[in-house]
Amino acid sequence: MNKNNLILYLFILTFGIAAPFIFPAFKVQLSILCILIILALTWNVQGGEMGYNTFGNILFYGLGMYLCASVQVGMFFPLAEWTEGGGEKTFVHTPTQFFQGMAAGLAVAAIVPAIVAGLIGYSILGLRGHYFAICTLGLGVAAGEISGGIEIIGAGQGFTTPPFPNIGSLEARGEFFYFCSFIVLVLTFVAIKAIYTTRFKLVLNAIRDNEDKAEAMGIQTMKYKIIGWMISAFFCGLAGGIMGGLVGYIDSTDVAFDGREMGVFMVLMAILGGKGTLWGPVIGATVFHIFKEGFWTFFLGWQYVALGVLIIVIVIYFPEGIMGWLREKYPERFGEVVDEADRKAQVELK
Amino acid sequence: MVQATLDGVLLGILFALIAYGMALQWGVMNIINIAQGDLVILGGYIAYFMYLYGIHPAWGVIVSPIIMYFVGVIIYKLVINKVVDRDLFISILATFGISILFMQLMNFAFGADVVLANSGYGTTMLFDNSVTLPNSKIFSAFISIVFAIGLVIYMKKSKLGRAIRATAQNARAAKILGVDTEKVYAATFGINAALCGVAGALISITFTIHPYMGLPYTIRSFMIVIVAGLGNLPGVAMSGMGLGMFEEFADYILGTEFRIGSVFLLLVLILVYRRFKLSKKREYLK
Repeated sequence: MNKNNLILYLFILTFGIAAPFIFPAFKVQLSILCILIILALTWNVQGGEMGYNTFGNILFYGLGMYLCASVQVGMFFPLAEWTEGGGEKTFVHTPTQFFQGMAAGLAVAAIVPAIVAGLIGYSILGLRGHYFAICTLGLGVAAGEISGGIEIIGAGQGFTTPPFPNIGSLEARGEFFYFCSFIVLVLTFVAIKAIYTTRFKLVLNAIRDNEDKAEAMGIQTMKYKIIGWMISAFFCGLAGGIMGGLVGYIDSTDVAFDGREMGVFMVLMAILGGKGTLWGPVIGATVFHIFKEGFWTFFLGWQYVALGVLIIVIVIYFPEGIMGWLREKYPERFGEVVDEADRKAQVELK
Repeated sequence: MVQATLDGVLLGILFALIAYGMALQWGVMNIINIAQGDLVILGGYIAYFMYLYGIHPAWGVIVSPIIMYFVGVIIYKLVINKVVDRDLFISILATFGISILFMQLMNFAFGADVVLANSGYGTTMLFDNSVTLPNSKIFSAFISIVFAIGLVIYMKKSKLGRAIRATAQNARAAKILGVDTEKVYAATFGINAALCGVAGALISITFTIHPYMGLPYTIRSFMIVIVAGLGNLPGVAMSGMGLGMFEEFADYILGTEFRIGSVFLLLVLILVYRRFKLSKKREYLK
């Protein structure tokens, strides 16, 4: 890592830590931004690097959300009575209980989706192209429909997550969730960056470029695909767990398995930023979130129409994303050797 | 039991009609249209509006495909022709965008209520009134069969039908031999949309329609096509009926709230089964 990069990372880290104090009004928005970046980063491991375009990562996100909240409640109180009570505060978590529950819940929310991803991945990662995409789409929707029918986690009426306890007069809910999501974001980023410097990333790229050839070269593609998906699921689950606490209310199809919003957002953000790059999803998620928060109010009621148009426009006219565009414009910056004469000749050809 | 089977078969014929449209465009353009179900629902709303304005909704079977044909061609010209030879995922995502767009526009235009166009057909009682069979279901199954057979004959005999089949076999060769593939693609998409229109009109007569109900129809038709295989028409009809029966039984045994969920789970199971079957074949090759 050279000096410039170090300064950049330090700057981002300090900014991340200082952000909730500089913009106290935007704490929730900043936390959501962190979650969105995590989702885009994890989607990119599949969609960008591995070439397996999934709509199903929402499954792990929703699973993590439900698991975290259930563990947090179930550790101290009977879960069925909690969900039956709806929003009524018959049971109140003390601060210690809350944090213990949250920690245990997050651990479960990370590990179980990873295992689920391993199991599902073994069954469906052999599918290719259309089949994989549609299958994951089906998984996401099926999870939403089925969790909407299970009584113990609130079924159709939803599940209220434990309210954040105030220690004395200190109101720190926003800060707590912001730092939770920021720490997970940093963890995710560091982990994924570390992965991208190893042979693992090269294997994933080989799978994307030509899976049969990769297999013929002696790579056990299945193993790598499953591990890749499990890594995604691990961080997706964590993100879901935090988001559940942040929103404070879990509904099967509108919050947890929200294929129409989050499920599409993560794909869109990664593509907008440029799939197959480390920074692409981060940039894409930031731009998208700013755009969404800035302009959604203008489209009040028309958000989904705007979303549909946005998807079509990005996909048709901007499939390489911001990073792809930058790469085309300044190839030197990306470490590509540019032959000036060749470039000129190409321009003349055009 | 007899009730569920009969309902399933009649419902399955409708599904098969939608799946036939999907198989057609999948085979010809290699595009999976996620917006398929939304086209169906849009077709249904056309029939519903005719019903609201006092025209018998059965006429929707004729009007709705004509309108939907043009809707399909417009969608093709605006979006699909830009993604037709690109990456598979690009086309899926683009049609997914269209799907969200349609869903929401329909929600604004027609409201979020569950509606149905009442055809006023009575019901037939069978086996000492133990089985009820709405005549509208029989009507819709009959119309679907008529349209399917008509389309098969059209594809076999007409010039456009032959051009479509040639393009499906080899687009480049067809182009060299003077087929305007661009036009063929537009026509294919239009025909697919028209089929969706017919199916939608029938669904609005027989069942109910709602702006957000599109995606399950897409999944169902996708499922039918992969079970039957591309270009296998009897297979499409059979697996359509099979799916219809599966759904009725799932509804009967598990309860209505798991109906859509079971459809999606069945999709996953079928794909998993398919993957293991194919991987066995691959091992054999090794």
